[in-house]
Amino acid sequence: MAGWTVGKKVLATALGMGATGGAGLYVALDESVKADLTLHPPKLPWSHKGPIDSFDHASIRRGYQVYKQVCAACHSLKYIPYRHFVDVFMTEDEAKEEAAEIIVRDGPNDIGEMFDRPGKLTDYLPMPFPNSAAAAYANNGAVPPDLSLMVLARHGGEDYLYHLLNGYCDPPEGVELGEGQHFNPYFPGGAIGMAPPLYTDIIEYEDGTPATQSQLAKDVITFLSWTAMPEHDERKKFGMKAMLVLIPFTALCYYKKRQYWSLLKSGKYVYNPKKY
Amino acid sequence: MYKASRFSPLASVIRHTVISLPTPVNISTWWNFGSLLGVCLATQIFSGLVLSLHFTAHTDLSFYVVIQSFGDVYYNWWFRALHANGASFFFIGLYLHIARGMYYGSYVFKEVWSVGVVILLLVMASAFLGYVLPWGQMSFWGATVITSLFSALPIIGSDVVIWLWGGFSVDNATLTRFFGLHFLLPFTVAGLAGLHLFFLHDQGSSNPLGVSSDFNKVVFHHYYVLKDLVGVCFFVGPLLGLVYFYPWLLGDPENFIEGNPLVTPHHIQPEWYFLFAYAILRAVPNKLGGVVALAAAVLILFYMPFSPKTSIKGLSFYPWGKVLFFSLIGVFILLTWAGSKPVEEPYVVVSQVLSFLYFFYFLLIGQLTRIQDKLL
Repeated sequence: MAGWTVGKKVLATALGMGATGGAGLYVALDESVKADLTLHPPKLPWSHKGPIDSFDHASIRRGYQVYKQVCAACHSLKYIPYRHFVDVFMTEDEAKEEAAEIIVRDGPNDIGEMFDRPGKLTDYLPMPFPNSAAAAYANNGAVPPDLSLMVLARHGGEDYLYHLLNGYCDPPEGVELGEGQHFNPYFPGGAIGMAPPLYTDIIEYEDGTPATQSQLAKDVITFLSWTAMPEHDERKKFGMKAMLVLIPFTALCYYKKRQYWSLLKSGKYVYNPKKY
Repeated sequence: MYKASRFSPLASVIRHTVISLPTPVNISTWWNFGSLLGVCLATQIFSGLVLSLHFTAHTDLSFYVVIQSFGDVYYNWWFRALHANGASFFFIGLYLHIARGMYYGSYVFKEVWSVGVVILLLVMASAFLGYVLPWGQMSFWGATVITSLFSALPIIGSDVVIWLWGGFSVDNATLTRFFGLHFLLPFTVAGLAGLHLFFLHDQGSSNPLGVSSDFNKVVFHHYYVLKDLVGVCFFVGPLLGLVYFYPWLLGDPENFIEGNPLVTPHHIQPEWYFLFAYAILRAVPNKLGGVVALAAAVLILFYMPFSPKTSIKGLSFYPWGKVLFFSLIGVFILLTWAGSKPVEEPYVVVSQVLSFLYFFYFLLIGQLTRIQDKLL
């Protein structure tokens, strides 16, 4: 190895790393088929997935409509206040009107009594059940999880949720389901307490978009992506600006470094033995 | 009135540390990681301070406050993403810095090396404590698993665990003390980093050739100020890329579920930078044995200055030593992979073999280099 050229050494290193990585990848792929009984969701071309892609705000608005008319019966969005809707997919007046549809317990008033009032922008989306025990009782023992962070809280994110909503099918031969359970190959274990929630034309979109099952799923998941990542659009915009500064600055620093070092890098050491 | 002249003590320290410091002319990019780690530490302290302004260390509020701050506190999402991904980059820098030290024989600087290993231990402790604070599922269960390891200590184990927890389980008392310690430790690390530099500058940096460089040094400024600045740009670029475009790529989705003592996650695992140690811990079927192996995986670095000395510093001129070193890198990466897998076959056997190979490196490297020295 001492006599090897740089190219040979690089090749040997690359081959070694490639062999190690390849062996590891083979084992991982092989085992991933055997060890896991859950179907992995295929990747989908979400419109907001790219590094410079923003949310489809019309889709967020439709998705809120789906949530409100379908999902809100069982699932809460306890981290989302109505004021977050403003300038995202509703005007301030629309958001106020939306908030005013709910009744909120408030108080105490001047005489010490609790009272009910219409919702305001500062209120959070209402909980469908007063507590988790009531939620479990109403849903065959399974508590419908809060959806505010669901896109971030599951492996596969949007892809998993989309395929979960659309992936219901009859259980395969030999699979026993409990009473009230349904089979979904994407759900860990296969047996899910939620019945298929979406079907074509379950609601009518206010903007006239055909409410097919896949459209409903796509919109509600885009909405849930927004609830989990409200900073998404600003984050990517900020990122583009940062890269516009960082990349030229890096190039400039690299140039100046090479310029300062050029004298040392082009130096030569010459041995002039003494002539006696 | 204090006059900051070139003869003042503060100006003198700055001048001798980063301006006129004699530095070997031939140190490579691997020597950039020291300054990069300093940048990481400063970033973590700064972003952590800002996050602490809006954090409440209470089991009923922590998760809620962290999530709410995304929508309600201007740019808090940026500080959280920077802090979380900054921790990952801190460990990338640490592992590469240690690998450089092992390859080029930097451990012969006993004081520098020992302080460095203490810094590593404190940073690992700080990262563990910090991960508990958001009080997600992985925060809670990670805290439960790791603190429960102390119950393996003979006689005093269970009392130590209760003392650590501040109660009979991981609960509010644990969270508040973890917050206090997580706030304190980075400043200790900063002080130790200063000590690390103090010992280093006593002897001067080593260089890739492993020979004395006293006859050929240059001043730190501009040469290495610019080189370090380029290193910072190339390091910060991917960090900001993650922060802005893929902030949760390295995280665990389970930590976006509020911590629940009644629901155990299917796969409890730490962040990627602890997976190699996690694999070693789980490889030993005995609880105390696993804890000892976990501690030994990091503490074995203290042994390096006492390993057999070689004729030439470092592994640059020891071909079989290099093969063994890069095998160790492969073993480390495979241990990280194995740590993310469940405790089932074949991962158990794979972890055990890899753990053996990891420790075997430290036993074998001294002998291999000694054999080559005898052949010279």
